[in-house]
Amino acid sequence: MDQYIDIKVRVWRQAGPKAQGHFETYELKHVFQGASFLEMIDILNEQLVAEHKDPVTYDHDCREGICGMCSMYVNGHPHGPDSAITTCQLHMRKFHDGETITVEPWRSRAFPVIKDLMVDRGAYDKIMQAGGFVSVNTGGVPDANAIPIPKPVADEAMDAASCIGCGACAAACKNGSAMLFVSAKVSQLALLPQGKIEAAARAKAMVAKMDELGFGNCTNTGACAAECPKSVSLANIARLNREFICAKFKD
Amino acid sequence: MAKKEEIIEAAKETAKKVAVKAAQKAVEVASEVVAEAKEALEKAAPEANAKANANAIITPEMAKIPAGPLELKWTNYKNHQKLVNPANKRRLDVIVIGTGLAGASAAASLAEMGFNVLNFCIQDSPRRAHSIAAQGGINAAKNYQNDGDSVYRLYYDTIKGGDYRAREANVYRLAEVSNNIIDQCVAQGVPFAREYGGLLDNRSFGGAQVSRTFYAKGQTGQQLLLGAYSALSRQIGKGKVKMYTRYEMLDIVLIKDENGEPRARGIIARNLVTGRIERFFAHAVVVGSGGYGNTFFLSTNAMASNGSAAMQMYRHGALFANPCYAQIHPTCIPKHGDFQSKLTLMSESLRNDGRIWVPKKLEDAKRLQAGEIKGRDIPEEDRDYYLERRYPAFGNLVPRDVASRAAKERCDKGYGVNNTGLAVFLDFSDAIQRLGKDVVAQKYGNLFQMYEKIVDENPYENPMMIFPAIHYTMGGIWVDYELQTSVKGLFCIGEANFSDHGANRLGASALMQGLADGYFVLPYTIQNYLSDQIGVPRMSTDLPEFAEAEKAVQDKIDRLMAIQGKRSVDSIHKELGLIMWDFVGMGRTAESLKTAIEKIDALKKEFWSNVYIPGEANALNNELEKALRLADFIEIGRLMAVDALHREESCGGHFREEYQTPEGEALRQDDKFSYVGCWKYMGEDKEPQLIKEPLDYEFTERKTRNYKN
Repeated sequence: MDQYIDIKVRVWRQAGPKAQGHFETYELKHVFQGASFLEMIDILNEQLVAEHKDPVTYDHDCREGICGMCSMYVNGHPHGPDSAITTCQLHMRKFHDGETITVEPWRSRAFPVIKDLMVDRGAYDKIMQAGGFVSVNTGGVPDANAIPIPKPVADEAMDAASCIGCGACAAACKNGSAMLFVSAKVSQLALLPQGKIEAAARAKAMVAKMDELGFGNCTNTGACAAECPKSVSLANIARLNREFICAKFKD
Repeated sequence: MAKKEEIIEAAKETAKKVAVKAAQKAVEVASEVVAEAKEALEKAAPEANAKANANAIITPEMAKIPAGPLELKWTNYKNHQKLVNPANKRRLDVIVIGTGLAGASAAASLAEMGFNVLNFCIQDSPRRAHSIAAQGGINAAKNYQNDGDSVYRLYYDTIKGGDYRAREANVYRLAEVSNNIIDQCVAQGVPFAREYGGLLDNRSFGGAQVSRTFYAKGQTGQQLLLGAYSALSRQIGKGKVKMYTRYEMLDIVLIKDENGEPRARGIIARNLVTGRIERFFAHAVVVGSGGYGNTFFLSTNAMASNGSAAMQMYRHGALFANPCYAQIHPTCIPKHGDFQSKLTLMSESLRNDGRIWVPKKLEDAKRLQAGEIKGRDIPEEDRDYYLERRYPAFGNLVPRDVASRAAKERCDKGYGVNNTGLAVFLDFSDAIQRLGKDVVAQKYGNLFQMYEKIVDENPYENPMMIFPAIHYTMGGIWVDYELQTSVKGLFCIGEANFSDHGANRLGASALMQGLADGYFVLPYTIQNYLSDQIGVPRMSTDLPEFAEAEKAVQDKIDRLMAIQGKRSVDSIHKELGLIMWDFVGMGRTAESLKTAIEKIDALKKEFWSNVYIPGEANALNNELEKALRLADFIEIGRLMAVDALHREESCGGHFREEYQTPEGEALRQDDKFSYVGCWKYMGEDKEPQLIKEPLDYEFTERKTRNYKN
């Protein structure tokens, strides 16, 4: 059963992109374990506002684990200690009375801090703009059932497509690599007949953009998949490598 | 001599005095006359106003409904509309607000055609708009299942589901383009669910007797949005769309043309990272900013979803249509505490296999509320499957408004199943027995996982608990057939407009409408407007209209920052939400609505005198962002209550307790209220004026909705 607990929250505070950051510890009493982690931060912020202090800035929006906006490193894990969920789905029942919880922003070269826990993930959008699409215009496309796709293939593409672009993979990676993110999109589209036509060019363009934006190389340790809130599989990285090598050979 | 002069002087003096007196008298009389006239005018004004009110009508011509039979209207329109040639498209700029299904698909499609697009969103990436959270699916009239579906049947279900309060021509067009949407999404690489033969799979949603809902696991909105986002990304990469993330529009700029007619020519937006106020010009402005469900504070909407763009349009003369039509979704996870920040939806698709029930016996309900027993402990014969009992033909798949009210009815009678008494069961034990746990997990696994994370209970073993919550707003900015508001050059698409769902939206139709507007309707209709604008050069944002608009925005921000009161923005927003839920919620009465208006007026004073916003205006400031949105939610809440009070009938999501059948079903008053209620802004703190667009059903017979047999 959910109880009320007293906790301490150790939060990274940073006034701006170039400012020096530091940890600040706040005490919170009587927090219901049925509250979500972000609701706990809301309670903290209400407390700070009441004391006329600057509330903690953090990204959040849908609060049901799908928009990919929330991005916190909680006790050393992106999206916290629970597996296969985002921070907004994390609940206080995962923490115990008297615990000190450490909250940090994503720390990755390609995701500079904007303020406190908010980072700039524009680099992911730029990778998508480099090739994360099928080049079709609106209108003039064939009937949706014109090309049958085997169910296992469609399901595999769906699993790859479930990436929410939150950035946990790059934040978890020692090298700050975006391989899992890039490979998920490359895989989804390469698996489907509609995306196959541009598969090689897409892989090359997205990888080149990823390198250009300061993401590191793949470490092969699998931290990205272990921390991914949507359980996007490492098999996608293998598929990306295959697409990429094929593309290079064709050159 | 001296005497004579004196006499003359004296006479002059006297004459002067007389003249002054006369003049004074004349002035007095004149002012009396003026005052009388003024009084008479003032007396006459409300009457004249009321007369004007009664006569203020929008005709089908004004709504630009094309002539001809229903199924040819859209074809006729497209055949005769004006187009813009490729060379001229390059010279025209369009601002698109929002990157949800409607905004992203419109921005991408317009850019593909050759227009220059400036696209704005408040999130850090266009991929995060709240369309992403739609779970269940998207409707289309493909009839792939060979179960008797057709464009006409989708049209009919939508009109009927909306309780005959939508425009026939618009809804038919929506059903017509629905099939193109599925084709388009598949071509983009959207991984819809498929059958083993490789063809697309469908499932059923509420309010339909066919399976026409396409889906991608429980993440259909996400996949469709990522499809639109991909298309948008492609255009951003090509430089045809200039993307502004973390920007919030704070006003629309209108500039008069040579005939003195105001036209939308740009926006004032705040860079949410730096706090800077910036100006942007375009030949037309398209708003796809979503709904205003967050007026209720607790809703299934995202935290940043807001109604401010709608209010900016409204203040500039765009009409706000049917604000009281809000959808309360029957299957959400019940509220569990005062700290709660939002409510989580459980997809309507769950009603395909889940059965909704409460105990038959009050004592069982009491023991459930006390936590002494669980749902699984109650034997089959003591369960009341009230939807199957009341609506045998549609059973658990009745439309959302019907299902929500039925849940409220049972809970009001004391049959609620959790500690607050505000929940009913959604039970999968039958489906698990019939299909096996694996099949159920495959279909709904991610939803079950989501439920378990929030409630900490396993829905495979014990039935889910659900309760209705605010989910969608059918009401919105009035648009004509071209999706243009009553302001020239200002368009409104997706949930933000009022157009296609009448008084109630069917499940899986929001995605359909958003993408229909963005991919297949607006990119056509906007050209009918832009073809006249090819001679209009790009304007400087140094024009006085831009400067004035920016100053007004800055003044409002300064005023808010200067209050320095005692209450946080959220505390006031929560209070508004409670007023809305208690008095403008699922069951409304004239009395409750009058109470709501009084309470909202008082809350508005409290907000403008006692809110506290920390930090600086010219920097990143979440509290200021929330305060600006709340100022508008307060106005929307009042407008919803005013509209609900005037609509003396029950229809769809709007249920007035005074108007119901003996069985408790909604009772429409077609003779009095078969119109779109459009509200015109008359100034700050002034009552809005009602303008009616009559809904004359030319092609479809209006019936009482029947989901029983």
